[in-house]
Amino acid sequence: MLTQIVSAVLVLGVLGFIFGAILSYASVKFEVKIDPQIEKTLELLPGANCGGCGFPGCAAMAEAIVTKGVPVSTCPVISSLNRIKIEELLGLRKPGEVVKKPVVKAALIKCNGLDTAEYKKFEYMGVPNCQAAVLLQNGPWLCPHRCMGLGSCVAACPFDAIKIGPQHLPIVDEDKCTACGRCVLACPKQIIELVDKEKFVHVKCNSVERGADTRKVCKVGCIGCGLCVKVCAYDAIKVDNNLAHIDYEKCVGCGACVAKCPQKTIIMEDKPQFKGRVALIDQDACIGCTICHKVCKFSAVNGGTPKEKHSIISDKCVGCGLCAEKCPKKCISMVDKA
Amino acid sequence: MSASIISIFIVAIFIENFVLNQILGLCPFIGVSNKIDSAVGMGLAVTFVMVMAGVATWSIQAFLLVPLKLEYLQTISFILVIASLVQFVEMVIRKTAPALYQSLGVFLPLITTNCAVLGVALLNIKKNYGLVESAVNSFGGGLGFFFALIIMAGIRERLDVSEIPEAMRGAPIAFVTAGLLATAFMGFSGLV
Repeated sequence: MLTQIVSAVLVLGVLGFIFGAILSYASVKFEVKIDPQIEKTLELLPGANCGGCGFPGCAAMAEAIVTKGVPVSTCPVISSLNRIKIEELLGLRKPGEVVKKPVVKAALIKCNGLDTAEYKKFEYMGVPNCQAAVLLQNGPWLCPHRCMGLGSCVAACPFDAIKIGPQHLPIVDEDKCTACGRCVLACPKQIIELVDKEKFVHVKCNSVERGADTRKVCKVGCIGCGLCVKVCAYDAIKVDNNLAHIDYEKCVGCGACVAKCPQKTIIMEDKPQFKGRVALIDQDACIGCTICHKVCKFSAVNGGTPKEKHSIISDKCVGCGLCAEKCPKKCISMVDKA
Repeated sequence: MSASIISIFIVAIFIENFVLNQILGLCPFIGVSNKIDSAVGMGLAVTFVMVMAGVATWSIQAFLLVPLKLEYLQTISFILVIASLVQFVEMVIRKTAPALYQSLGVFLPLITTNCAVLGVALLNIKKNYGLVESAVNSFGGGLGFFFALIIMAGIRERLDVSEIPEAMRGAPIAFVTAGLLATAFMGFSGLV
């Protein structure tokens, strides 16, 4: 009996040992050298194996980057830091070379609709899926461009970066968002756009209806009045098809349009109470150089004769910050209106 | 002698076809039969591993387990042999024939857990085959698997473009097809 047990253990143990030895010998003997650059590249790739690049996983992508010269930017979700690291590793970019600051994007929900009975055609009780809701009378909301609020974007997001917040509107967690664009495709109303993470003034509306029609169905929709266009000192807003568009390359985020917008459609991120800013001149430091007077597009700076100290006409000042930027003495500061 | 070997070969391919008659190795049969190309790769890989495993496990059984009266360790030691063998073959192919390795891809490691391979090893012993007969039976079994896979892949490629009720698309129609195919293979039963 004992010999049976011992021999069984021995046989299996020895067999296992022999095969293990053969395999470990073979792994050395038949080792295939992998380009170390491929391994390093693989480490720098996100490792989510999402397939967004078109290759079967990050490993195949890494190989393609190194051996076939596929651009690193083919990966839709790689962080700009890692992209630069890979390019430096492969000698595509010299270390420390100054590059234009990369634009890091995040999803923006272009709707700020309210959630009260007066903006609803009917109560939707169907499948909680935006596409399904749109099929039924173009959705339960009076505004044809209103976010359905049923979370198709939430379901589409592979990074858990979107959730439905108050007013049935999705909230994007910009830290988690990688701008992969899945939510953009999932939204049946084309409400989501990818914009620069660092910009914080947004038009939260996607309605191209005439102003009067928009006003009937939404309290906070863009009516295309054009006040924001007039107040923008940087020429960064255009009204096109009854809807304001921000040119994010020009926008500096001064918030003049936010303060001016009669519908509160344009918002300052994280500052719901934002009422605009106003310039404030430090009278002690001002030397009366007239630069601020000349630079102001809204005639909001008193003075003009040299050596006369300047002051701001706060009614006219839109808070664009041009004067603060140009002041040689840096004596103009921008303060938030109470 | 030679006649019986030929009959073992024919029986293994057609009458006791591993997939369609003995219902072994169904997961690659359904999983890898989408395209003929990959079906050919998988079929060849399985055939190769089956022959190697058939010979190796027969040797283990005859020279190790039977003399030591350890026949009850059959299953576990065969699994050990097959797994190591597949790993070893993978390494060798990767080194010596990278092109073949590329085309086989994930199929090689998949074979480790293919029950048809273990099945052929166990059946060789059960039927009291000798070394040559085991090898022939394994080769025939592998070829049978290869044929079944290719026939299935050919049918499924045509199924892809034909009009099928939505509920039946994909796996359901594949299972029905497999069933019909198995029924058709039953017709070979009177062959030898």
